[in-house]
Amino acid sequence: MGSRVVVLGSGIAGHTAASFLRKWLGKEHQVIVVSPKSDYNWIPSNIWVGVGLLRADQVLFPLPPVYKRVGIDYRQAKAVAIHPEGAADEPSAFVDIEYTSADKAGQRERVAYDFLINATGPKLNFDATPGLGPDKFTVSVCTAEHAVQTAALLDEKVERMRKGERQKFLVGMGHGTCTCQGAAFEYIVNLEFELRHRGVREMADITYLSNEYELGDFGMGGLHLRQGGYVTPSKIFTESLFAERGIDWVTRAHVSKIEPGRVFIETLAGEEKELAFDMAMLLPPFRGAALSAFAKDGTDITARLFAPSGFMKVDADYAAKPYEQWRAADWPRTYQTEFKNVFAAGIAFAPPHPISVPRVSSKGTNITPAPPRTGMPSATIGKAVARSIVDMIHGAKEPTQTASMAEMGAACVASAGANPFTGTAASITVFPIVPDFEKYPEYGRDLNHTFGEIGLAGHWIKILLHHLFLHKARMRPLWSLIPE
Amino acid sequence: MTTPKTVTPLGRDEHWLTVTKPTAMTRFLRTFLLWQLVRFVVLNLKMLRIIAMGHHPKR
Repeated sequence: MGSRVVVLGSGIAGHTAASFLRKWLGKEHQVIVVSPKSDYNWIPSNIWVGVGLLRADQVLFPLPPVYKRVGIDYRQAKAVAIHPEGAADEPSAFVDIEYTSADKAGQRERVAYDFLINATGPKLNFDATPGLGPDKFTVSVCTAEHAVQTAALLDEKVERMRKGERQKFLVGMGHGTCTCQGAAFEYIVNLEFELRHRGVREMADITYLSNEYELGDFGMGGLHLRQGGYVTPSKIFTESLFAERGIDWVTRAHVSKIEPGRVFIETLAGEEKELAFDMAMLLPPFRGAALSAFAKDGTDITARLFAPSGFMKVDADYAAKPYEQWRAADWPRTYQTEFKNVFAAGIAFAPPHPISVPRVSSKGTNITPAPPRTGMPSATIGKAVARSIVDMIHGAKEPTQTASMAEMGAACVASAGANPFTGTAASITVFPIVPDFEKYPEYGRDLNHTFGEIGLAGHWIKILLHHLFLHKARMRPLWSLIPE
Repeated sequence: MTTPKTVTPLGRDEHWLTVTKPTAMTRFLRTFLLWQLVRFVVLNLKMLRIIAMGHHPKR
């Protein structure tokens, strides 16, 4: 009899896992994807939607036809609760889901599973900062819909500048514990490039606002690159890029409140300041999806399965310890939870601690970037988890694959202007993502594999990746040959 | 800003003076087609190498 694998979420980690499960498992096994949104969003390209260079339909496509074609069972629903031991009236493990599709909205169903992958990604926690978010006073590029709103507001601001009205743009982090600095970095340099392209750059004041201790931290504690005969910190690389483009910056900042046209910040030094803006693209901090867990007798075991942040606890070392005692080995390798048939992949797993040095302001506010879990590690983790599950279905007692962020590298191409001849992008490779100071005592990373360069070639790679990854996500011919 | 703001005689914040900026040659090479074709190949190879180091059979 076949097994049933349920994947919660259809983002980069969930969709990658489901795709490979379907490819590697025979048809006697069932793969079910549960996801509240029926469109796949290639999120890295939302940046270009947010500056008006792409339409939403160029970064989105409907998943149901793809899943139907390849034989993945799709439920447009959100997961509500996990019952890893079953329930009094149900002997096998199951997950409660609630439909979000128009025809079944609000209907609930129990979906039994043999293996479960939680790849629910982040909840965009705009509520963490009063006034933050597209339904309040700032814009975002976290979803394609948000990016479309952002592009519309940008058009309006450009019109004002054309009429001679100077505009202030603020781009960055909307809270002291945000992650995804790379996305804000990409947006601000693309915004600057686009304003130049539209002939209004001289009318714009552009400022980057971040919770990073130094520019170039990116939630990874920064990195070091070999350049021009020196080992250079990413701070130098990023500051140079901003200064060259006339972009100002404010670092070490927590956004405490936003009002129309005004952002209130607290800095690590304890200062309170106010920044004016006409358009602010500020990213929210992330939380785990609102999922509960229950034991067989109905006891709430949410706190056992999930960290307070809402992310799922996996095979990491979650013991609280000071920064000096953090180790690469703290990071999860197999993403298996305490229940052997439940895994978490991508942003949904709980990191053991940040990567950047934790810092608290003199007033006690935590101003520390959360660790990034971007596309490449998310997809790599999703694929590794899928392989482990396939092997366990075929008889392996334990997960067979590892994909620790302290043992894998990442390649990141950050667009810095989208034009096939005059555009550029920062191409960065880093190995490993989480520094390992036991293995690489000086910088925590292997400098033979950690590299950064700005140029047009990076932009070509960015365009290539956009098309390749959408081709892969659509599961078109030879999709599985495209690397993560 | 991470340091107290001071202003240069031309009115720019001091931190504009304390950062590394690319030379004209560096800027030229960033969009010089022949050089960028070479870099395109090199960057792809570097990224493929990182990808190959992604996940492993459990040891």
